[in-house]
Amino acid sequence: MLAMILKEFRQVRRDRRTLAMLIVMPVVLLLVFGYAARFDVDDIPTVVVGPQSQVVAERLPDIFTVDSVARDGDRDDAEHELITGRAHVAIVVDGQEVTALIDGSELFMAQAAVRVFTAATDQVPGLSYEVLFNPDLDTSTVLIPGLAGLIIVFVGTLVTSMSVVREQEAGTLEQLAVMPFKPKDVFIGKISPYFLIASIDIVLVLLIGTLLFDVPFNGSALPLVLGAVMFLFVALGAGVLISSVSENQAQAIQLALMTALPQIMLSGIIFPLSSMAPGVRWIGYLLPLTYFNQVAKGVMVRGAGLGDLLIPLGLLTLLGLVIFGLAVIRFARQLRPARARVAA
Amino acid sequence: MTWGVNAVSVRFGKRVALEDVTLGLKPGHIAVVVGGDGSGKTTLCRTIVGLEQVVTGEVARPSRTCFQPESSGVWSDLTTLENLEFVARGYNLEPTHARSRIEELLAVTDLTEARDRLGRQLSGGMRQKLGVAMAVLSEPELLVLDEPTTGLDPVSRLELWSFINRSAREGRAVLVSSTYVDEATRGDTVLALEEGRVLASGQVNEVVAAMPGRLFACGHKRGALSWRRGEHWRVWSADGVPPVGGREVEPDLSDVMTVAALSSEQLS
Repeated sequence: MLAMILKEFRQVRRDRRTLAMLIVMPVVLLLVFGYAARFDVDDIPTVVVGPQSQVVAERLPDIFTVDSVARDGDRDDAEHELITGRAHVAIVVDGQEVTALIDGSELFMAQAAVRVFTAATDQVPGLSYEVLFNPDLDTSTVLIPGLAGLIIVFVGTLVTSMSVVREQEAGTLEQLAVMPFKPKDVFIGKISPYFLIASIDIVLVLLIGTLLFDVPFNGSALPLVLGAVMFLFVALGAGVLISSVSENQAQAIQLALMTALPQIMLSGIIFPLSSMAPGVRWIGYLLPLTYFNQVAKGVMVRGAGLGDLLIPLGLLTLLGLVIFGLAVIRFARQLRPARARVAA
Repeated sequence: MTWGVNAVSVRFGKRVALEDVTLGLKPGHIAVVVGGDGSGKTTLCRTIVGLEQVVTGEVARPSRTCFQPESSGVWSDLTTLENLEFVARGYNLEPTHARSRIEELLAVTDLTEARDRLGRQLSGGMRQKLGVAMAVLSEPELLVLDEPTTGLDPVSRLELWSFINRSAREGRAVLVSSTYVDEATRGDTVLALEEGRVLASGQVNEVVAAMPGRLFACGHKRGALSWRRGEHWRVWSADGVPPVGGREVEPDLSDVMTVAALSSEQLS
């Protein structure tokens, strides 16, 4: 038995990458997720519109961070701010009436805002509130658009990386490298089935979400399709990048999971980004799922249009270009490492 | 017309994978690279097809070069026929020509019955034959086969070599790497490698004839430069002085390679 134990210790010691993941990663993950895993909301982006909006803004509790005050604004302007996602509470001041519009697509913020306004309506005459987009504060309405993205991460990144590594392990990637294919032909050919499968997955998840879990689809499909395509490029590109640094399928799985975990925890699907400590919040802003979640939730729940989602779509495109571009370069290098003189 | 490598060196980090290796490849000729594990055979094959970067030296290959990697290069989730069809499409073969060529190769390799079997369901020998068939399908000028016979039973090895000979007779330059020294005699030229360096090269009879010193058969081990061969010991004498009780024998390629390896070991 001692021989067996020693053998295992030797093997574990030599698999440096796994060892690092077993020891370093739990510490890193605990620190990152510890600061991220917060349901407490102490900062709600807020706008106040209408006459006397400045006075109302000054009297709001600290939890509401007033980003803009528009005296000549009306309810439509307030709702638009919520649709674009720039604010999650919009207060409309109309004479003696003060109406707080709460964005129901941000569950924890909405719950916090409802608690504050429920307590205040008894004390402040003329104050009322409405929860828009998700009046029942239903959890699946908020989670399912983001879950579609999470499924793309798993299908796109994990399966693509495993498929490319399998080709490396079988030696058939060398075969492809010698055949008269251009690297882009091999690359596109390689990811095409996963692009199609992941696309079908998104449609299925969203269909099941709307039909079975009553998730609304309030916006137009175009921005969601654009966002999904961009996000697919990011996920598949990440899969190819992972394969280029993995020696075998087990390593590819480990690395793919390591990229998926932060996206689950830090993209705002579960924990609100604004509740996270600033030290880890910036990581969330680097993750593509953060922006896909914003686009999917914006379109489906808030009914946002293309113009309302230009920022997350733009950032998703930028991330797509960077990650997909890097993947193409790495893959081309893998396929064409040497340039020998070709005799005619 | 000659292809191949000229004074090529390849390094992986600090490790020397190939050092000053030269090998010419001619149409209709078979060159066999022999050597043990880690001798540089695979690196040489990969270098010739353009998969490794050379530090010094030159590589020349025709534009129509095909390669069978050590692992056979067969896609395990595709059937025999699908593997061949994929390669035909990859090389842009005209569909009618591709179909007849595939049927011809299936018949020659005796894989017609296994045409609908998945790559992973083929035996080792069948998989290697399919790998070579895939490599010759596009009628390349240069065919590079990395250890196609390793792990095969004697009958499968014979069948594969008959297929390789046929490819050379069709006018192709063929490079075959092998761990089996006896396979070197099946080629027109041989290149023996050890730790990335050339032990011997040339036509088999020339390489054998060029062995320095003399070779003797003895009943017992005689010093460091002796090795067991069958019931007797072979003893190599650099200065030609026979050992006590030694009977001079004609060396073969296996002896020459052993002499080259032992003498280079002693020099280092």
